[in-house]
Amino acid sequence: MRAEPLRLALAAALALWLAMPLIPLAIWSFAHGWRFPALLPGELTLDAWTYALSPASGVLESLGVTIFIGLAVTLLAALVGVPAGRALGLHQFRGRGLVLMLLLAPVILPGIAVALGLHGVFLRLGLTGTVTGVILAHLIPVLPYMTLVMAAVFAGFDTGAEEQARALGARPAQVLWHVTLPAILPGLMTGALFAFLVSWSQYLLTLSIGGGRVQTLPLVLFTFATSGRNDVTGAVAMIYILPGLLILALTTRRLTGRSPVLGPGIGPGTDR
Amino acid sequence: MTALRLSGLTKAWSRTAAPVLAGLELAVEPGRLTALVGPSGSGKTTVLKLVAGLLAPDAGDIRLGGRSLLGLPPERRRVVMVFQAPQLFPHLTVAQNVGFGLRMRGLPPARIAALTEAMLDRVQLAGFGARLPAGLSGGQAQRVALARALVLEPEVLLLDEPLSSLDASLRDEMRTLIRDLQRATGVTTLMVTHDQTEAVVLADRIALLLDGRVAQHATPEEIYRRPASLRVARFFGGVNFLPGHAADGVFHSAIGPLPIAPGQAGGPGLLTIRPEAILLGAGPLQASVLGCSFLGPQTRVTLDLAGTLLLAMVAPEAARGLVPGQVIAATLPPAALWVIPETAAPPPAPGP
Repeated sequence: MRAEPLRLALAAALALWLAMPLIPLAIWSFAHGWRFPALLPGELTLDAWTYALSPASGVLESLGVTIFIGLAVTLLAALVGVPAGRALGLHQFRGRGLVLMLLLAPVILPGIAVALGLHGVFLRLGLTGTVTGVILAHLIPVLPYMTLVMAAVFAGFDTGAEEQARALGARPAQVLWHVTLPAILPGLMTGALFAFLVSWSQYLLTLSIGGGRVQTLPLVLFTFATSGRNDVTGAVAMIYILPGLLILALTTRRLTGRSPVLGPGIGPGTDR
Repeated sequence: MTALRLSGLTKAWSRTAAPVLAGLELAVEPGRLTALVGPSGSGKTTVLKLVAGLLAPDAGDIRLGGRSLLGLPPERRRVVMVFQAPQLFPHLTVAQNVGFGLRMRGLPPARIAALTEAMLDRVQLAGFGARLPAGLSGGQAQRVALARALVLEPEVLLLDEPLSSLDASLRDEMRTLIRDLQRATGVTTLMVTHDQTEAVVLADRIALLLDGRVAQHATPEEIYRRPASLRVARFFGGVNFLPGHAADGVFHSAIGPLPIAPGQAGGPGLLTIRPEAILLGAGPLQASVLGCSFLGPQTRVTLDLAGTLLLAMVAPEAARGLVPGQVIAATLPPAALWVIPETAAPPPAPGP
């Protein structure tokens, strides 16, 4: 195929364009002094990684906090988003349009406005500076996402299977566990992975609601970035992008029908 | 074998809408296959869902073997419903699908496996247990759905249009299978269909649902030959109707007096005869031929009998050589004549 080299070149260019900002960070994390105009650092070292992974840096602790918040947010979003998505996906009801608009509102409104407004409310509720407060705040951008994904999943769901299970003597809880859940699981997994990522990448909401007392990874990363420790910043950045890459690799096949690595059309020797 | 009895069953989709079922009465014969027939939208599937416990009636009672099923959840009714679409669970294998209900009841896996295997054998799907539903043909899927219901040994089996999702070529096979399985298990079966021929072929009894009530409940032959009303007759393909008056074994109408079988109600009524019961070539009546159309096994002859149109279905040999305008002798056998009394006209639908 003649188009193949061109496609390969374009794909490589795109990948490079996206990876470019990360390359210096990756190099920085192993650099021992790297000053302009040297193209590469003169000496390589694991010092930055050792420091980043030591208790003194607080990176590991913050990693734990970030993962905990992400999992809690994902779970809560699923608990609310699955029934809400079911209602939106399966039924036409009065006010459905309004619900959809309200769901999209936090996405449309400037994040800073949401964060500041929310801060005022949470201050009165005593939720500022707490992990609970941060989890609730993260639900604002995550919940619409989860709900809309589940609405799309349920739009293609046939409730006849549930009725059939009922008619075969399954109790409502058994129907949910044995029939509904397996049917929506692929969509739910995708929704959950992305819900986790949205929570993972929150900066503004965590900063304003957590008030610096809830140190998630992006906050720690930003602190290092502004303190001039380029090598530690690089190491933390590598840790920070890891879940995103993992989730991308896990879901690409489902989302595009292609393997993330050397899928048909990109890899060599896969002409059809 | 337990009798299923529906009494005064009423269901409306909203308070303002006309009820889809209006005081339906039906005693389903135990151990037999009863077909619930009716035009689309007549509430046939609703009846099944009410019996299965998927819907609750607004009024009336459903009794199985003397106890009321109302208020019991589906899993405690000993009633199983098979839907129009096979509705196999795509993530389960054929065997797991068949064993689904048993598993929900908490039976030990070994017992489930044994029962499932025996049931797959009965629906001629032995060896299909490990397959996934996606790899099955329509007929196979329908058989799995049937096996999945029968393996539960319900007291009442409810079938919702079990043949409608199948190709014509598969219907005969499936029809025979349903018939055989029902006879072999003796499970009281209520089957919904909109297809009157399907009902006639399969069912021991037919209940015709019109205006939310059972218009007639009888054997297929009875319902064919002795329809209770004009609408019942029309639904089962009745085309010949002659207004007149019955008295002392004779029906008086525009075509003159006709002897009818004794025991029929007197008074004003509609005389009806099945097209295939009309005999041509001999007899006391003179009919002029309006047209003939060859339909394969039979020929349809349109006749004019003293200004009344009659449709006759005769063997092609009997109609050979008939040309429009020709006058031919005809017989309306007394045993095939049935008078629908005028009072049996359907009552007007209950309005607000």
